[in-house]
Amino acid sequence: MRMSKQSRLHLPRVPARPGEAPDFSYVQLSPAGAVLRPEINARARDMLSLSIDLVRVLDDAGEAVGPWNPHLDPDELQVGLRHMMLTRAFDDRMQRMQRAGKISFYIRSSGEEAVSVAQCMALRPGDMLFPSYRNQGLQIVRGIALLDLMCQLLSNTRDMCKGRQLPVMYHSKPGNIFSISGNLATQFPQAVGWAMAAAIKGEDHLAASWIGEGSSAEADFHHALLFASVYQAPVILNVVNNQWAISTFQGYAGGEQRSFAARGPGYGIAGIRVDGNDFLAVHAVTQWAAERARTGAGPTLIELVTYRAAAHSTSDDPARYRAKDDAEHWPLGDPILRLKMHLMKIGEWSEARHQALTAELTALVASGWKEATTFGTLSEGPRLNADLMFEDVFKEMPQNLKRQQALMRAERS
Amino acid sequence: MANMNMIQALNSAMDIMLGRDPAVVLMGEDIGYFGGVFRATEGLQRKYGEHRVLDTPIAEGGIVATAIGMSVNGLRPVAEIQFADYIYPAFDQICSELARIRYRSAGEFFAPVTIRTPCGGGIRGGQTHSQSPEGIFTHVSGIKVVMPSNPYDAKGLLITSIEDDDPVIFFEPKRLYNGPFDGNPNKPAVPWSTHPKGQVDEGYYKVALGKAEIVRSGSQVTIITYGTMVYVAAAAAAAMNIDAEIIDLRSLVPLDVDTIATSVKKTGRCVIAHEATRFSGFGAEILSIIQEECFWDLEAPIQRVTGWDTPYPHAFEWEYFPGQARVTRALKSVLEPA
Repeated sequence: MRMSKQSRLHLPRVPARPGEAPDFSYVQLSPAGAVLRPEINARARDMLSLSIDLVRVLDDAGEAVGPWNPHLDPDELQVGLRHMMLTRAFDDRMQRMQRAGKISFYIRSSGEEAVSVAQCMALRPGDMLFPSYRNQGLQIVRGIALLDLMCQLLSNTRDMCKGRQLPVMYHSKPGNIFSISGNLATQFPQAVGWAMAAAIKGEDHLAASWIGEGSSAEADFHHALLFASVYQAPVILNVVNNQWAISTFQGYAGGEQRSFAARGPGYGIAGIRVDGNDFLAVHAVTQWAAERARTGAGPTLIELVTYRAAAHSTSDDPARYRAKDDAEHWPLGDPILRLKMHLMKIGEWSEARHQALTAELTALVASGWKEATTFGTLSEGPRLNADLMFEDVFKEMPQNLKRQQALMRAERS
Repeated sequence: MANMNMIQALNSAMDIMLGRDPAVVLMGEDIGYFGGVFRATEGLQRKYGEHRVLDTPIAEGGIVATAIGMSVNGLRPVAEIQFADYIYPAFDQICSELARIRYRSAGEFFAPVTIRTPCGGGIRGGQTHSQSPEGIFTHVSGIKVVMPSNPYDAKGLLITSIEDDDPVIFFEPKRLYNGPFDGNPNKPAVPWSTHPKGQVDEGYYKVALGKAEIVRSGSQVTIITYGTMVYVAAAAAAAMNIDAEIIDLRSLVPLDVDTIATSVKKTGRCVIAHEATRFSGFGAEILSIIQEECFWDLEAPIQRVTGWDTPYPHAFEWEYFPGQARVTRALKSVLEPA
């Protein structure tokens, strides 16, 4: 750091703005297979390097190497690939439907599919998920029907949220997926509370939560780490470092001086930094953290290093603030292509099967959409009864809301 | 004079204040290089530098807290909270700190912070991009609360707010950014260029806090409102062909009680309209003041037109929004008491 005779306000460096060449030299990489895998019950202070290095399993040739190789069956890898491809097909179609005016808003997870898919596959169905708004892969892995997701996006007569939430703010009680908030980071400490309850009740379920690196600036992030540390809660706290929070570069969330994973050891929590586009590494790290949680070794903070290949949302235009074609230069590649390459390398996949699966999933999404729109869209078809607006404010509707409901009906008639 | 929409008028106010006063700094999420998600600060970082127009971490509590610290050290921060719906992480800093620094230090310290934040619905924003929380902050002693309804006022009020030595929360009804909106979403959008208040002085000028504007004078009924509802109320009254006096409060704290009381004493009838929820809303305060000041002049019970007492629902935006039908019903009730 430059030394001077007076204080100065430092401004984090943003590597590449529009018109400049993409620059990812700031991303610290470790070779695949190079990072050691500590014992499940290792203490946070004894594995500080995990929060600085980058756990990777897939090398550039598509081979799985090193101590973190989870040795998953080819069947399981194929399921993972399918989930990631379905997530992307779903995202692409919903983006187009937003542009066509059928839904009001959408958020894609393009380029980050391995985060939700591999992590969810490494957890058990009884584990509780507290997602952010860019974790649709969790819904896919937990088997939430595309029809249910689409009807939520459409705010139609079959909408699980009864028209109350913006698109993508799903929930699933039977799927153990908590209601998604549009406010940032709020779910992070809630997941810790859920995990504390599991420990209080003597259950072996754990909780997992996801936030972006940008949201980790909120005080909720501190609350989550603090409570998780104090009570050694069985929780996995995931920071999805996709480098950008709308136009805010990760340096403005504190990523310039120190990795996000390194916040963990500061609280006495295991912190681990992983290649977020490496399906095998993400799965392995999550499984390791889950075993720690279930065996009383406490919480883990995982930083998943990935890239937001798409815009923040359908209301955003990244061409205004970051280099064009940035995602194509991202050093950790694309999670789908990397797993595909690995499966082909081990003789468990082919270009023909890949194309067939792509076609199958595209058709699946298309038929789901066709069915979903029969329940109404923003602009046409059946509409939810506006009476529903007044329900669930409280368990029982109070007098003032009953009165307002009647007034609303009179107003609409 | 130039044609400006509300965004351009706000931008002009900040531009002028950055130019006039080296103590003025802007701060907020996405406001610097990007120019803000609503483009209110576009071009200002390029013009005044990264040390005057600061991109911040996504931490509203941190933004307000550091703004307080900066202001105590002689700066005049204008902090943007990207949506009013996201102001709550800063609640403690606003209510317990910002509002009380002057009081608790017997006037030795003060915190001239302006918090700008877009509010209100009508943009398909659902419950996290549509709220009108002004009433929550009017309940806190020590903060001024402002809400303009047009570009001309927006600029003058923002300049006054920035120069004010007390903290101001400056609510911007985002549905009005691009044009006046009468509550009917099916009509084509009307730009500010068609409205006299879209004519904005390009230089420095102030609009006083605590001074309401009589948008239309009339004799039959007083409509007290602010923000988006100014246009909804005016359209409803016009459609009914009644001679309504319409008051745009512009500033809720301080409140122009004289203009309110004079008008209600004249008309004897009153409707209060705001977009925010009804229960414990700011309308209840206005109603109480009128009861105290004008009781013997009233000809009919006062009516309130508000959003319903529910979170702002995505799919039922126009059933929720207090549109012309709700205003009309209230006006009828006030004009022809049962």
